[in-house]
Amino acid sequence: MSAFLEIDTLSAVLHGSSQRLLRSVRLTVDRGEVRGLVGESGAGKSMIGKAVLGILPAAVRIVEGIIRLDGHDILAMPASERRRVIGATAALIPQDPLTALNPSRRIGPQITNRLVDILGWSKAAAKTRALELLDEVHIDAPERVMASYPHELSGGMRQRVLIASAFAANPKLVIADEPTTALDVTVQKQILKLIREMQARHDTAMLFVTHDLGVVSKVCQKLTVLYAGKVVEDTAVAAFFEAPQHPYSKALLAATPKYTDPFASLLPVHESVIASANAEITAADQEWRHGR
Amino acid sequence: MPDGRSAVKRRASLRLWLSGSWLALVALAALLAPWIAPHDPLAQDLFAGRLPPFFAAGADPAYLLGTDSLGRDVLSRIIHGARIALTVALMAGVATALLGSLLGLLAGYLRGWTDIVISRLVDIWMAFPPVLFAILLIAVIGTGLTSIIVAIVVIDWTRFCRVVRAEAMNQSKMDYVASATIAGQGRASILWREIGPNVLPTIAALLTLEMGIAVIVEAILSFVNLSISTDAPTWGGMIAEGRTSIHQAWWVLVFPLVVLFLTVLSFSQLGEGLKDRFDPVLR
Repeated sequence: MSAFLEIDTLSAVLHGSSQRLLRSVRLTVDRGEVRGLVGESGAGKSMIGKAVLGILPAAVRIVEGIIRLDGHDILAMPASERRRVIGATAALIPQDPLTALNPSRRIGPQITNRLVDILGWSKAAAKTRALELLDEVHIDAPERVMASYPHELSGGMRQRVLIASAFAANPKLVIADEPTTALDVTVQKQILKLIREMQARHDTAMLFVTHDLGVVSKVCQKLTVLYAGKVVEDTAVAAFFEAPQHPYSKALLAATPKYTDPFASLLPVHESVIASANAEITAADQEWRHGR
Repeated sequence: MPDGRSAVKRRASLRLWLSGSWLALVALAALLAPWIAPHDPLAQDLFAGRLPPFFAAGADPAYLLGTDSLGRDVLSRIIHGARIALTVALMAGVATALLGSLLGLLAGYLRGWTDIVISRLVDIWMAFPPVLFAILLIAVIGTGLTSIIVAIVVIDWTRFCRVVRAEAMNQSKMDYVASATIAGQGRASILWREIGPNVLPTIAALLTLEMGIAVIVEAILSFVNLSISTDAPTWGGMIAEGRTSIHQAWWVLVFPLVVLFLTVLSFSQLGEGLKDRFDPVLR
């Protein structure tokens, strides 16, 4: 059986430029599998998520490649059809819980709308389900939260609401875009645990975008390392932590604190590693131009 | 709690209260004009011309704020003038808000060609001197209440369009709009359900400001005799007439001017106060 999400040789450029932001990205997520997507800021991790969800900024143009979501070639579809397929199969857990909820609407309708729109449920059924979902994400007073406005909730609470809302319409794929970056360290841990719990319960495939290898080791089974929009390593998480293959991945791992040896000094990524990685990118770009 | 937020709130509520009361008073005067005005605003009494207001020597207690050179009661004319001023403020304000906000929302959310066309139109529109534009317009479509309202809408929709477009662009970048897009909500539904409510406080604040501007524009047009019939009691018309006799009867000019000033100020302060109160971040 083929993977649930398949991305093949996906390249994107900024409008009016020939510089690639994504460089022939290849990536798969199987059913029920959690894949980490790691890279430094600007490596294009979020952009891959956005491409899959059909919310790329207008200035970014996909120039080649295929995104197959549950067997549908979504880039080849007309826009309205694409929106329907994405809405019915995928959901996003966004990075910033502050801007991800509509500030002028109550929480309740923001969750139930999804059920009514996507699954065609009645309002009453949607409300019952929303209460269940809030209970699933361990919110104590779901009735009260449903009637609240976002600004009345704490950051952690809002993130819980967003997780509930992401899993509401039974998506087969959830893309988590650095879901703990904007939270307190103490809350981060609970939220990670919650995301893993929800993923296991709903048996959802998940693409977990992060820059934190520690998070990857806790949540993911597979891992893709991205450098400057190019996949430099694609492996199982256990294998990665044992022996990363690519020099950049090695350097990345060496720059991450370890629980087993918390006092070891962290190594910055060495210049020679960056230089060789950049040389690799240049070579790949040349080959790509040549091939077109 | 004694923090900055409550200080902002208190100041905002005092402002809301003061401006709200003045506008309520004006609105009441406008509604009840025929019953509370002591005299017919058009009745002339040439034997009672240029009577001073009640506190000055030689005043007639029947004419509280004095009379103009034709012996018409200044207070009654101000009260009846409130009718015209508020009608123009409401109708022109709302129509301007509707037209400008709709175009602004479309431009800010849809971007692309829609935005280019609307934005260039706004740029071109704003290059015309507004008062001259209004005068030209009225010269073409004729005087009267409807013409004034149409003129204000035609001149001022750009103000809403620009601000609402910027705000809609801001809101469109928020993750909640992205979430709605992913969930397959249509564009119209996103505009109406997601972006619209968040732009509303801005529109409300602008609307009150616009009402103040409408009152001013109406006064300006009356001042240059392009408003309603010259006989009608408009504040701008009164100011224009008062100007000719400023040395003999200052009250004919000053009282309508003060009322006009307070009304316009109240509209803008009401807007600011409402914006503070309904801003979800300050709330």
